[in-house]
This record gives sequence, C-alpha cells and structure tokens, in this order.
Amino acid sequence: MTARVITITSGKGGVGKTTATANIAVGLALLGKKVIAIDADIGLRNLDVILGLENRIVYDLVDVVEGRCKLRQAMIKHKAFPELYLIPAAQTRDKTAVSPSDMLTITKKLRDDFDFILIDSPAGIERGFRNAIAAADDVLVVTNPEVSSVRDADRIIGLLEAEEKGPGRLIVNRIKMDMVRRGEMLSMDDVVDILAIKLIGVVPEDETVLTSSNRGEPAAGNEKSKAGQAFRNIARRLAGEEVPFMSLDHAEGVLQRLARLFSSSMPSTG
Amino acid sequence: MNALLDRLMGRGNTTPSAKVAKERLQFVLVHDRLDLSPDKLEAMKDEILSVISKYVRIDRNNVDISIEQRQRDNWLVADIPLSPEDEEDADEAEADGKKSGK
Repeated sequence: MTARVITITSGKGGVGKTTATANIAVGLALLGKKVIAIDADIGLRNLDVILGLENRIVYDLVDVVEGRCKLRQAMIKHKAFPELYLIPAAQTRDKTAVSPSDMLTITKKLRDDFDFILIDSPAGIERGFRNAIAAADDVLVVTNPEVSSVRDADRIIGLLEAEEKGPGRLIVNRIKMDMVRRGEMLSMDDVVDILAIKLIGVVPEDETVLTSSNRGEPAAGNEKSKAGQAFRNIARRLAGEEVPFMSLDHAEGVLQRLARLFSSSMPSTG
Repeated sequence: MNALLDRLMGRGNTTPSAKVAKERLQFVLVHDRLDLSPDKLEAMKDEILSVISKYVRIDRNNVDISIEQRQRDNWLVADIPLSPEDEEDADEAEADGKKSGK
C-alpha cells in the first residue's frame, strides 16, 4: 500500500475545508479504503469535533513532532468506521510548532499503512498552508460560489502552481441550485470558467451538514443527505471511479421542486 | 409595484447578480494575478499607443487593448486599427503622434 496524500485547502476561512475533509475521509472509508485524516490547523483544532472524536484525544500532531509520543499513539481510530484514523491538531500551540519537513517525515511514515492521507489545511497563505501542502500529491481547493472565496481560491491556485503542487482540483461547496437557476448565484460552470481548473465535486447547501456536525457524525455517513452523497461522490472520484456530476435538478429533492413550482406561481412577500 | 411587476415578469431589466459577480471577478483576478493595477495598465496602454503613433497613424477611438484569460494563462491582446493614410498628410500624422499620450 502506498498512500496518496491529498490536501484540502481554500485560502478563505469558513468555506467548509474541515467539513469536506471529514466527509471525504468517511466517504473513502465507506469504500473500504484505509484513510488517515491529519488536522494541520494547529491552534484551531476542529476536525476532531466534526468527526466526533474530541473525547478520545490523548496526543496530537505537535506531540509527535516534538517526540513526546510515537506516531501510533497520536492516531485515533474511528469506532463507526474502523478504516478511518485521525491525527488531531494541537490546540494550545501555533503554526510554527510544525514545519513543512515535519509533515514530509510524518506522511512518509504513514504512506505504507494507508490508501489515503488527507490533510486539512488552515485558512490563510502562511506557514500553516505551507505545512499542509508540503507533502501533497494532490490538492483539493474548496470554494463557495461567492466573490470573496472565489478570489481567494484563485490566489491559492496561483501559490500551488508556484510550488509545483497545482493547479489542484476544485470543490464548489454550499451551492444553492434554486439561486443558480434564478441567476442570482454563480453556477459551478461559472466558477470553473473563472478559475480554469478541473472540478472534482459540487456540494449543495444542505441542513444535514450542520445537523451532522452537531452530532459529530459526518453527513457522508447519512444515506439520505444530499451533501453527504456529493461528498461520497468526491471520494469515489478520488478512488478513480468515473462519477457523473449531479445535475441541477437532482441536487434538489422532489418536495423542494414542488415548493418551487408553487412559490413561483405566486408573488412572494419577502 | 415595479418590483412586483418585475417579479411576475421574471426579473425585469436588472442584470442577474451572478452575471455581475462573474464579470467583477474576472476583472479583479486579472489584476490580482499580474499584480498590475488598472491605473498601471492604462499607463502602459498609453505608452504603447504613443510609441506606435510615432510610426503610423492610429485610430485611437477604436483601440482595444485588454488582458484576456486563456485557461490559467493571461494574454495581452491588442487590436489597434490604423487610420487611412491618404486622408491625412504625413506631417500632420507625425505632429499628432508627438502630442498623443497623456
């Protein structure tokens, strides 16, 4: 087994990097792949809560780097998905506690034991980002269909190209198909046109993403979640399958479509 | 009332905001990528045009010099129409060329 190292990044904060990392990790585990997710956001640890593993942390990434524990001891095995492991970030340190070469060393040790190593990058373009991409074979750039996150994604893609890690592949997250249809939100085609990189996934805005993080059970594990399905599709594409992209109508449920029919036939009040 | 009519008729005459977003992004990204501000780009255009007008008469009103994105590469694309020479006499063309460029 030789793992592929995949870094999930975005430039802008709050676009869904951590959610994407957790869900893709679960999606890959559901395909029977052996996956380890590393939280590279030192000081702002979050991947653990999204995965529901916050109560099981003993050691973290910085403990490994500084030799306080063995790599194995910092790896937390997920109970619901036995093929999935997490290495959490340290919460009380900053980005300078880890260097790009530390990331190379750690991923090198893990490569033989996993199919995929996912690295959740912090926001920004500084040290934390450099750490996160140091070992990447592949980079996924997460953006929302909104001007500031697309602009930041473009900056990140430029930096990835300069580091010969790019251009990466694009995840358009939190898209609202009804707004796209009305011409009031950038479509995935618009975003792909602007950024000129390949698309690997389109994830609809979906309440189940929030309710899933509330419970610490990523939406990818929920059969009924639309966003969960979109993340599982990304996992399948990473695993080499050809999966068609959801069309505008499929990303919306039958009930929502009916609701739209009714609401468009009467003037709304707000 | 107008807003209600607009809504009933579709979206009236207002440009859908997604289209505005796309155009604004395409504009700002060109300058981000090249680290070239719109002011500097204008200055460069003026300089290019004044160099060219030293040699040939150009139709300044119909000049189009812009940065175009082709995949992730940027191209400086210039359409510079030349004025018909026979309508002007050569001395005047030269004098005009020297004046040009703000």
